[in-house]
Amino acid sequence: MQRLLSTGTYHRCSTPIGLLYFDEEFKVELSGGELLMEALKEEGVELVFGYPGGAVLHIYDALYQQNSVKHILVRHEQSATHAADGYARATGKPGVVLVTSGPGATNAVTGIATAFMDSIPMVVISGQVQSRFIGSDAFQEVDCVGITRPCVKHNFLVESLETMADTIKQAFHVATTGRPGPVVIDIPKDFTTPGVTVPFEYPKTVEMRSYSPPTQGHPGQIRKAVDLILSAKQPVIYSGGGVVLGNASEQLRAFTRELGYPITQTLMGLGAYPASDKQNIGMLGMHGTYEANIAMHECDVLIAIGARFDDRVTGEIDSFCPNAKIVHIDIDPASISKNVTVDVPIVGDVGMVLTAMLEQIKASEKRADPADIASWWSRINEWQSDKCLDYQLDDKLIKPQAVVEALWRETKGDAYITSDVGQHQMWAAQYYGFDNPNRWINSGGLGTMGFGLPAAIGVALAKPDATVACITGEASIQMCIQELSTCLQYSTPVKIICLNNRYMGMVRQWQEFAYEKRYSHSYMDALPDFIKLTEAYGHVGMNIENPNDVEGALAEAFAMKDRLVFMNFVTDQSENVYPMIEAGKGHHEMRLNPARELA
Amino acid sequence: MRHVISILMENESGALSRVAGLFSARGYNIESLTVAPTDDATLSRMTIVTNGTERVVEQITKQLNKLVSVAKLTDLTEVPFIEREIMLVKVRAVDAGREEIKRLCDIFRGKILDVTDASYVVELTGDDHKLRAFLDTVGGDNVIEVARSGATGIARGDKSLKV
Ligand SMILES: Cc1ncc(C[n+]2csc(CCOP(=O)(O)OP(=O)(O)O)c2C)c(N)n1
Ligand SMILES: [Mg+2]
Repeated sequence: MQRLLSTGTYHRCSTPIGLLYFDEEFKVELSGGELLMEALKEEGVELVFGYPGGAVLHIYDALYQQNSVKHILVRHEQSATHAADGYARATGKPGVVLVTSGPGATNAVTGIATAFMDSIPMVVISGQVQSRFIGSDAFQEVDCVGITRPCVKHNFLVESLETMADTIKQAFHVATTGRPGPVVIDIPKDFTTPGVTVPFEYPKTVEMRSYSPPTQGHPGQIRKAVDLILSAKQPVIYSGGGVVLGNASEQLRAFTRELGYPITQTLMGLGAYPASDKQNIGMLGMHGTYEANIAMHECDVLIAIGARFDDRVTGEIDSFCPNAKIVHIDIDPASISKNVTVDVPIVGDVGMVLTAMLEQIKASEKRADPADIASWWSRINEWQSDKCLDYQLDDKLIKPQAVVEALWRETKGDAYITSDVGQHQMWAAQYYGFDNPNRWINSGGLGTMGFGLPAAIGVALAKPDATVACITGEASIQMCIQELSTCLQYSTPVKIICLNNRYMGMVRQWQEFAYEKRYSHSYMDALPDFIKLTEAYGHVGMNIENPNDVEGALAEAFAMKDRLVFMNFVTDQSENVYPMIEAGKGHHEMRLNPARELA
Repeated sequence: MRHVISILMENESGALSRVAGLFSARGYNIESLTVAPTDDATLSRMTIVTNGTERVVEQITKQLNKLVSVAKLTDLTEVPFIEREIMLVKVRAVDAGREEIKRLCDIFRGKILDVTDASYVVELTGDDHKLRAFLDTVGGDNVIEVARSGATGIARGDKSLKV
């Protein structure tokens, strides 16, 4: 009764100070829903991507009655997680999601797993049935903590209203420190009941005896690494998404320039080192450049920085960098020697380790023999002269690569580019030269079709003044197409660059190479009229079929600064992604574009 | 190689499934797993017996350490250590066999906890090797039922697993 009265006061007051109800220790009394809102505010959260439902009704009611946290209503919970993910990748801040129990939580799982695989900081708040109903197969009950356990960095089932503030604090701490990742907080509905309050004070610090991520690298290891690096004859720097996540692009640039060594970046690392720089030899891996992959195969010292030796990068592991001594810098000890045994592991924050290494290099007299490095570069230049990314233009059919290059010109190489999964994703990575980190936003680890559009919403909301484009395919875009509605509601002027090849192109390519062109279910039949569809959602649609119209159409679309434009590029159906390392092959066994010489 | 890994983890609901889930998701072997609270009620001690190449075991320890609920970990097999497991075994005990089993029990320092005219329940403590030796000696035909606790262990000397 007492408690009910105090909340009555809460709701009737309108000025912020009137919201305060003091207990003996002069702390504000808040219900769970109000407490959550205050906690989000304390964490500096501006945006929450979510979708309401029974178990979070109290929370949504608290959300309604405050205005520091803005809520973005998506059209499917998967999109809430992808949008939060895009927001996080563009800003480096944690993305925040709010979903209801049961189907709300299960719909979010794909996006949680996507964030997990790419180590994206995210906090997902899910409603749960009342604590006394847990385990009774109550309406909309799923074991959210159980279902998400294998695809989160950590998760919590809130145990009481009293411990909720601590739990939220811990969740943000875990999500954003060390190797980042998604954290789920499952909140039983009864802990958010209006009128049931606790004195609120948000913890200032967080102390978790079982969690202490590393920071500085081991000085002895750093010394060893520097020694090895400075005695290299054919070195390669291989940098990954960890550099972007660790905000260490500056340090990577300084380190690489000081050494003058060639650098190759993974799909997740693009932009940390400028693509346009002469030391950059392109992406490596399955669809990496010829020169990068051959250089990997031939190198004698490999310097892996915030990269995890993913199977799409290494190719056949037995023939991976056969002659190299390997230095590996990573914040996650479990990444080290997981797939490939390394010679000098350094566990630590990549930025800090690179800074320490650079200081030692500058202080050292020793340098790699310039003659060795020069002759290494001349070999690399020879491989580069092969021009592995050249393709043949056509005067009737639009080449997808040409669209990406034209997009680069139109946006001056400075747009935020999200993508989906397939050939278009690889062409985006290959032909949009990223000169800055956080600009290339794609699902590399899980490879989630449907990621692109909702991620672009997150980016557009985080960077209202930036140019945001989503490079997608006609199959992928249909997986979260309903978000066109969200785009209208929040005026996110994303430019959708749909490379429409009427195929699940990447699947078709594998079927062409490995299944004797048996195109089993990779044909996108009965496609919708994307223009009408876009218009139905209140946006602008454009159809581009002629190669000569590509530039003009892009200029026209990007001139519509505050409109979403869906650009349906009808492209050459038979185009494949080259170069390619096929399954079971090594870096030195690439398949090159047969049309290259004709170009 | 066989490894005995002990961990201290936050005594919270779901902690056990984080470890069990890790082993199944990554395809690691579990030979046995025991868990119970320690003198500090907020911490559980878990002992896992696993099998794998050095590379796999290194990954197992790293992945366990990475779990947010795991506070401390030690691979006991890397130091001198004591391993103990308790086994309750129901054995056939008839005629001359009754005396023989009792004698074996003495040799293995077991205890007979229950007696019927056809069987004994024997309690035996030791490492895996000793428990298996007992079963082998008694002979498969005479073993009616086996209940083993799984191994627990502790380092010899001054080394200790503490937060
Ligand atoms: C959710 C999901 N389902 C299936 C796949 C497997 N897959 C990878 S690429 C691809 C085809 C994508 O087609 P489209 O979006 O048209 O892109 P394209 O390759 O034609 O450029 C499929 C089905 C996936 N990555 N994600
Ligand atoms: Mg397609």
